[in-house]
Amino acid sequence: MDPQKDLVVTRPEGLYCPPGDFFIDPWQPVPHALITHAHGDHLRMGHGRYLTAEAGLHVVRSRVGEVDLQGLPYGEAITHNGVRISFHPAGHVLGSAQIRLEHAGRTWVVSGDYKTGPDATCTPFEPVRCDVFITESTFGLPVFRWAPQQQVFDSMNAWWAANAAAGRASIVYAYSFGKAQRVLSGLDAGIGPIVVHGAVATMDDAYRRSGVALPPTRSVLDATPEELRRCLVVAPPSAQGSTWARRFGDYSDAFASGWMLLRGARRRRNVDRGFILSDHADWPGLLEAIEASGAPRVIVTHGYVEPLVRYLAERGLESGAFRTEYGDDEDVKDEPAPAAPAEPA
Amino acid sequence: MKEFAALFSALDSTTSTKKKTDALLAYFRRAQPADAAWALYFLAGGKPRQTVPTGLLRSAAREAAGIPEWLFDESYDVVGDLAETIAHVLPPAPETIDLPLHVWIEERLLALRGRTPEAVSAALKGYWNELDPAGRFLLTKLIGGSFRVGVARNLVLRALAEASGVDAKLLAQRLMGYTDKQHVPDAARYALLVDPESQASPTEAGQPYPFFLAHPLQAPVESLGVRADWQVEWKWDGIRAQLIRRGAQSWLWSRGEDLLNGRFPEIDAMHARLPDPCVLDGEIVVWRDGRVQPFAELQKRIGRKTVTRKLLAETPVAFLAYDLLEIAGEDWRDRPQWQRRERLEAVVAEAAADGLQLSPLVDAPDWPALAALREESRARGVEGFMLKQREGRYGAGRTKDVGTWWKWKIDPYSVDAVLVYAQSGHGRRANLYTDYTFAVWDGDAGDAANPRRLVPFAKAYSGLTDEEMRQVDQRIRQTTIEKYGPVRSVTPTLVVELGFEGIQASSRHKSGIAVRFPRMLRLRWDKPVEEADSLQALRDFIAESAALRQPG
Repeated sequence: MDPQKDLVVTRPEGLYCPPGDFFIDPWQPVPHALITHAHGDHLRMGHGRYLTAEAGLHVVRSRVGEVDLQGLPYGEAITHNGVRISFHPAGHVLGSAQIRLEHAGRTWVVSGDYKTGPDATCTPFEPVRCDVFITESTFGLPVFRWAPQQQVFDSMNAWWAANAAAGRASIVYAYSFGKAQRVLSGLDAGIGPIVVHGAVATMDDAYRRSGVALPPTRSVLDATPEELRRCLVVAPPSAQGSTWARRFGDYSDAFASGWMLLRGARRRRNVDRGFILSDHADWPGLLEAIEASGAPRVIVTHGYVEPLVRYLAERGLESGAFRTEYGDDEDVKDEPAPAAPAEPA
Repeated sequence: MKEFAALFSALDSTTSTKKKTDALLAYFRRAQPADAAWALYFLAGGKPRQTVPTGLLRSAAREAAGIPEWLFDESYDVVGDLAETIAHVLPPAPETIDLPLHVWIEERLLALRGRTPEAVSAALKGYWNELDPAGRFLLTKLIGGSFRVGVARNLVLRALAEASGVDAKLLAQRLMGYTDKQHVPDAARYALLVDPESQASPTEAGQPYPFFLAHPLQAPVESLGVRADWQVEWKWDGIRAQLIRRGAQSWLWSRGEDLLNGRFPEIDAMHARLPDPCVLDGEIVVWRDGRVQPFAELQKRIGRKTVTRKLLAETPVAFLAYDLLEIAGEDWRDRPQWQRRERLEAVVAEAAADGLQLSPLVDAPDWPALAALREESRARGVEGFMLKQREGRYGAGRTKDVGTWWKWKIDPYSVDAVLVYAQSGHGRRANLYTDYTFAVWDGDAGDAANPRRLVPFAKAYSGLTDEEMRQVDQRIRQTTIEKYGPVRSVTPTLVVELGFEGIQASSRHKSGIAVRFPRMLRLRWDKPVEEADSLQALRDFIAESAALRQPG
């Protein structure tokens, strides 16, 4: 390995491509930023120019407003300072991409966040062959294994139907960008009306404008008292225990996140149900993606970095780590308070 | 098993009393007696002895998961619970089966005892491969002897009473001793328990009565009214127990319903001097030189399988009696406290045995005098006062309807200490740093041979709200210096006010002191680390209490 020839290195501002002179998901303002997806820890304000996957243009706009933003369709390439850049579906949320960089015969892929399982609200993950694969590790331990998505949706719908029959609302707390729309996509709208919190509605609009089909939803203000007693509500985690949530009276609540696999996390969250639904790859998914990349060298970012690095090394790969400032969108601590439209009068 | 696993999940996932009661009711109404017998046993706190050593559980799970030991350990550190780690680390079962709970326990789990490690390991892998994660978790908890469920005994009782139609008080009495290790639950025993027509006298065998429990006094003591309406005793720091003499046999039961026969020969030796039948309530303490000794002395006797003659001589134990529940075949619990006390005094005087002492009454004439006397609690090695309504009856559990016992405890010692190590918690606190080690200052900044430094002296994990825990967890992650497995050392930045009940010099601790029941009283985000307390302040506490203990 020759660090001089590495296509991606870390700098105080973020992940940097020396020959291309641009950054990927930087956490400090830079002139040129390539964005893997629009979660707040990967997409920050203040960069000079933004480049992202075309599928994510609407969601990126809804997060950062009017900036100098360009979209590139999945699989199409542009060349910048001699580095060939292309975006490939990461299956994490709408518009999420792995970024492929090719320069002087070397190919590197930055995964951003990804999952290998199905999701009706975004293009599925596509493995990309490369020499060096930079992977996340949010759930990088063998205890994290996800059940088939449909099983989770079935139990969520059954829980909703039972609540509706008992005359109480069902509130699902889910990260307002990505997880909320995935939850919506799995609901059986035949059970009852679906209400969304303002913070979720803003992102739903961006999804619908991008051509993603979501079931019809309404604001809490447009629901009759009778509907409120049998509706399903999708709200950001910050709504838990708020005055906004209290208007549903005697409701049952649930939290949708990969962390709900852990009993401690489930109990701390203090909800009636925890649905194990993650937008990140589980342990088998991570290993499968790494294998499919064919990369002899893997660099691990945010999550359970050390165990994954060691495990890959023991399997004969050249493995290392990048320290980044990416957070954990499955853990609600990090979600910013909902924007103004979240609290209708 | 699936039904019991579902019940466990329901109890585990809610804090609502109503939802817990509903889940229990639904279970008891549906369950077969052979299964309900075991479910009740576990819910009431019964624990079969560990059937498989932890090391073997771990190695079998590692092999079944096909991962290296270090990776299993990393996972365990994050999950914080062995059974839960095993439940998730194994590949999903190809298909699950549902056997009744009693079959799992009697034919599979208990049958593991005494088999070779290879046979046990093979059996475990087979069992795990037939269960979903929830079932695996439960089975592994039961095998490892660490099953616990967040439901109060009273709640289980109420639900069972409603499901069976047996009066809750009678049921409480029939249930005493149900979880004792010497009995194995079965359908017949359960059927007898929940039979509304059964005439079986609950006190026939050596069964204790439900213990009457005290409430902490929060209001000013004057609010209790006239001093003369209350019987006042010191609050002893020992092991609460019931001493039962019936049909020329004797039983000593702890509040945790463990049979303690044989553990305290001094108490066994005086059984025969008691009237028969007779039931006394009291405290097991170390009694030397005509007085109660600190709990630390009693600790030397706890957990010893064999009690040496030397230990017996150094730490003689007595039953310090404070109530009488049954005598001459009559249940006295419905008589007023003062009457029970009078009779108790007569019984103790007549027995005239070293192993039986009477908890003396405190006769300070009014509340202010009592308050003054209470300040001596530490020097006397007690925790404060017990205030018992003179006209009150002996209730069951934490009730107040027929009489009340108040515990009027002294305020704890407190010091400002610095957080230096943190470890992740278990269960509800898994994946969060919640167990802390605290240090105080020692040495002198100007002395090169004895520089000013932080000396760890206590561990604490209780006293914080969930929100405070999250804040401290965040601080720990931000200030981590090094990780050793589940433990992190941190840059000292956070001062916490620690409270504790007792303090003693100790040669076993590096700091030279040992504190009892340390807990966090308050986070002192505002206080600079340099201003935390010193080891000298702790040594002064020891000196003070020693001075108070001098006669005169």
